[in-house]
Amino acid sequence: MLVRANVNGEWRTADVWAGASLLHMLREHLGLPGSKNACEQGECGSCSIWLDGELVCACLVLAGQAHEREVRTVEALSARETLHPVQEAFLEVGAVQCGFCTPGLIVAVADLLMLDPSPDEPAVREALSGNLCRCTGYQKILDAVRLAAERMRAR
Amino acid sequence: MSVRILPGTRGGVGESVRRVDGVPKVKGAFQFASDLWAEGMLWGYTLRSPHPHARIRAVEISAALTDPGVHAVLLAADVPGKKTYGLEFSDQPVLAWDRVRYAGEPVAVLAAADLETARRATERIRVDYDVLPAVTDMGEALRPDAPRVHDFGNVLRHIRIEHGDPGAPADVWVEGYYETGMQDQASLGPEAGLAIPADDGGVDLYVATQWLHVDRMQIAPCLNLPEEKVRLYLAGVGGAFGAREDVSMQVHACLLALRTRRPVKMVYSREESFYGHVHRHPSRIWMRHGARRDGTLVNVYARILMDGGAYASSSAAVIGNASTFATGPYEVPNALIEGTCVYTNNPPCGAMRGFGAVQVCFAYEAQMDKLARALGMDPVEIRLKNALGTGSVLPTGQVITGSAPVREVIRRCAAIPLPEEPAASRGGDPCSYPGGAGNVSRGEGLRRGMGFAIGFKNIAYSEGFDDSAEVRVKLFAGPAGPVAEVHSAAAEVGQGIHTVLTQIVRTGLGVEHVLLHPPDTQVGSAGSTSASRQTMMSGGAAQLACAVVREELCARVRRRAEAEGRALRGEITLEGGAVLAGNAPVGRVEEFLEMPIECVRTYHHRRTQPLDARGQGDVHVALAFAAQRAVVEVDEELGLVRVVQVATAQDVGRAINPQNVAGQIEGGTAQGLGLALMEEIQLQDGQIRNASFTDYLIPTILDMPPVISVLVEEPEPGVPFGAKGVGEPSTVVSTAAIVAALRDATGRELNRVPVRPDDLIGLSPPVASPGPPPSPDVPGPEPIPKRAGLAAGQADLMRGD
Ligand code: FES
Ligand code: FES
Repeated sequence: MLVRANVNGEWRTADVWAGASLLHMLREHLGLPGSKNACEQGECGSCSIWLDGELVCACLVLAGQAHEREVRTVEALSARETLHPVQEAFLEVGAVQCGFCTPGLIVAVADLLMLDPSPDEPAVREALSGNLCRCTGYQKILDAVRLAAERMRAR
Repeated sequence: MSVRILPGTRGGVGESVRRVDGVPKVKGAFQFASDLWAEGMLWGYTLRSPHPHARIRAVEISAALTDPGVHAVLLAADVPGKKTYGLEFSDQPVLAWDRVRYAGEPVAVLAAADLETARRATERIRVDYDVLPAVTDMGEALRPDAPRVHDFGNVLRHIRIEHGDPGAPADVWVEGYYETGMQDQASLGPEAGLAIPADDGGVDLYVATQWLHVDRMQIAPCLNLPEEKVRLYLAGVGGAFGAREDVSMQVHACLLALRTRRPVKMVYSREESFYGHVHRHPSRIWMRHGARRDGTLVNVYARILMDGGAYASSSAAVIGNASTFATGPYEVPNALIEGTCVYTNNPPCGAMRGFGAVQVCFAYEAQMDKLARALGMDPVEIRLKNALGTGSVLPTGQVITGSAPVREVIRRCAAIPLPEEPAASRGGDPCSYPGGAGNVSRGEGLRRGMGFAIGFKNIAYSEGFDDSAEVRVKLFAGPAGPVAEVHSAAAEVGQGIHTVLTQIVRTGLGVEHVLLHPPDTQVGSAGSTSASRQTMMSGGAAQLACAVVREELCARVRRRAEAEGRALRGEITLEGGAVLAGNAPVGRVEEFLEMPIECVRTYHHRRTQPLDARGQGDVHVALAFAAQRAVVEVDEELGLVRVVQVATAQDVGRAINPQNVAGQIEGGTAQGLGLALMEEIQLQDGQIRNASFTDYLIPTILDMPPVISVLVEEPEPGVPFGAKGVGEPSTVVSTAAIVAALRDATGRELNRVPVRPDDLIGLSPPVASPGPPPSPDVPGPEPIPKRAGLAAGQADLMRGD
């Protein structure tokens, strides 16, 4: 089936199998592999993106459901050369190891800080509880959220 | 005249510099193996056995081939070369023929235009199985009438270590039986790679692995190609933790690419990943500890049984570790240790972070707590009393010559402030109860507990294996000053070796601009990214190569001075891209680089020995130690747990990148917490029952406590910068520390991990054993079959027979 969606500000069309996920369409048809595929079951958050501004797991959305809608992926966050403050904070505190969870976490954290510029720690933990990371033990991810929030508030 | 590097170069050893691969990783632009793409590429898919043990009568592939999207279906008969592979012993079929030995074993591979077509066509392959009786219990595997997994029997390796007088009497004895479950590495990045057929008849493979060269050593004979025609390139690795030590899709993708003459990509789904890599060995351990009244250890008996699953993988080395570490980081004058790893029809087990040291740490630390209780001693005090130090003798007779700050890590860990008491920290937030928002109580059944554990792990390969590492360093003049390039095949799996290599070269050459050549097989082997060894081994090679480059630069400086009739006074030093003689500037580094300087060096660690017939030998290169203290809260009525805090002190030798070291400790602790509280592959008659992230749980951000880490820096003599590997000790100890805290909170025995809610509320009794687990009646440490030893296995691989 033909799916037309506004992806990171550009209208794109893909011819996908009716059962394909939006994650599959982004990765395999539109050349946007930034969103990752660690479970394809909605458990890990590696595929976190925005659909019409809502944070979703792209693996749980059918490609067809994105028809005529707006999709934003991690690739959009640093389209211009400068990094997003969340990306900057992840690098600075060492919240990246293998990096497979990172794009999903960056999107989830950017979403959280958009909705709540000063989340307390329990709120951060709750908001990120759907994003698995096998490498870091999450401590530095919490540090990164704190740092990014501070900097974004100061702007 | 020698050159000395002044500490003026930024981004060198000891600094928390940012990751070299950080920017693409945060942008989503880093190319992981599962992101690879090539023009005209096909997708590979694997058909796996549904049975743990069966004879293959016939395979019918014609129905699968009718789909026009399908380009090839391959069976064992299509493997042009050697039909088996393996890390240490080549016992695993590339594709099964005649017999399948575990549920999930690959039987056929298929290439099709897209993944969906491949998956569906695979369902049309018909395999006629004659199901055989399976042995899926490690204890049963040793019975004489058990089904044989391999014709030579079910014992994979048996080790017996006799130390001092195993009959020595003691004042107090404590005995215990322990079990650990099968843990999965659960790297977020799936097994993946892309094979591209080359014009010379060879193949280029881009793959996520831990050791490019050992993959190639196994792949090339199967393809019947000389090694130089099999070129490997490291693709982005989404975590490894041991799971990528063994070959998974490598040979399959190459076979399909060579057959179809098209690029072939293979990516495992999460479910397939659970079948497609080895796991942490489940274990059954019995121990008896004897001590004097004052708490001094006198004697330890240990019997360890591990389930190696259907194929050898690295089991021989894992049981080697478990056996040689069975008494813990303690001085034990007398010991008898019997370790056995068996073959079963369960999925194969092999390397996972901690590698045999995790299971025994859970057991010996529980024993030390039992002993402390029996003697009325403090758990920290009894550990201090018996701690190893430099000069101590291990049960293998090995004398510790390196640094062993065991008392130091214990003291530093114990001194970390405890978390606040419950009332204050909770702040009325019910989400802070064990179980979080799922806890519907008002906190009536909450009990706090504290546990302490210490443990240790070997750095680099043991038992006589020379896992050397090669590095090439090139210094040349760039447009804006000198540039160094470092080329190593060391696999970056997330732990940070690539960043560490650039730091070492910066320090080694006094040059800030350091490039990393992409890792591939065009340079010599770096050895495996495992056993906490890369910083020492590849880091050591980089340091050696830099020294040679520096000498050459220095010689050029002197030659030019001589030619110009100038005398250079004082030592020649490099700093921030400048050459100094004494304190006088001689010129910019790049002035001496009309011709680049290039050097390849190989680092070997000190030689070790295999175990002899009595389990004696200088087997380990170096040891790293850690202490952890866990504070937990248990809801005694609901069986829910919250880990409140983990405090840890780790012996790191020297921290090359302190921030990365802390990251390794935190991540390693999370995996230990996972084994303590939730992670287990559920097996039923050889079938994995929970092959998904819905059913196999790993710690989330809600499960992880703050981890407070202290780095103890006591440099290891004779190794580069004195740096010890840091990836594993935290995983070794955290399971033991957390379960000790759970015992303290509940007063229950808790002798099996992962601990379940049932265990915490007393619904299920502790696991029991009528006595020690069985041990085969075979003498000495000789792996069975004899060829399965580390060296023999590697030699076998190299012969390619
Ligand atoms: S891949 Fe979508 S949640 Fe895991
Ligand atoms: S950094 Fe590897 S999974 Fe998070």
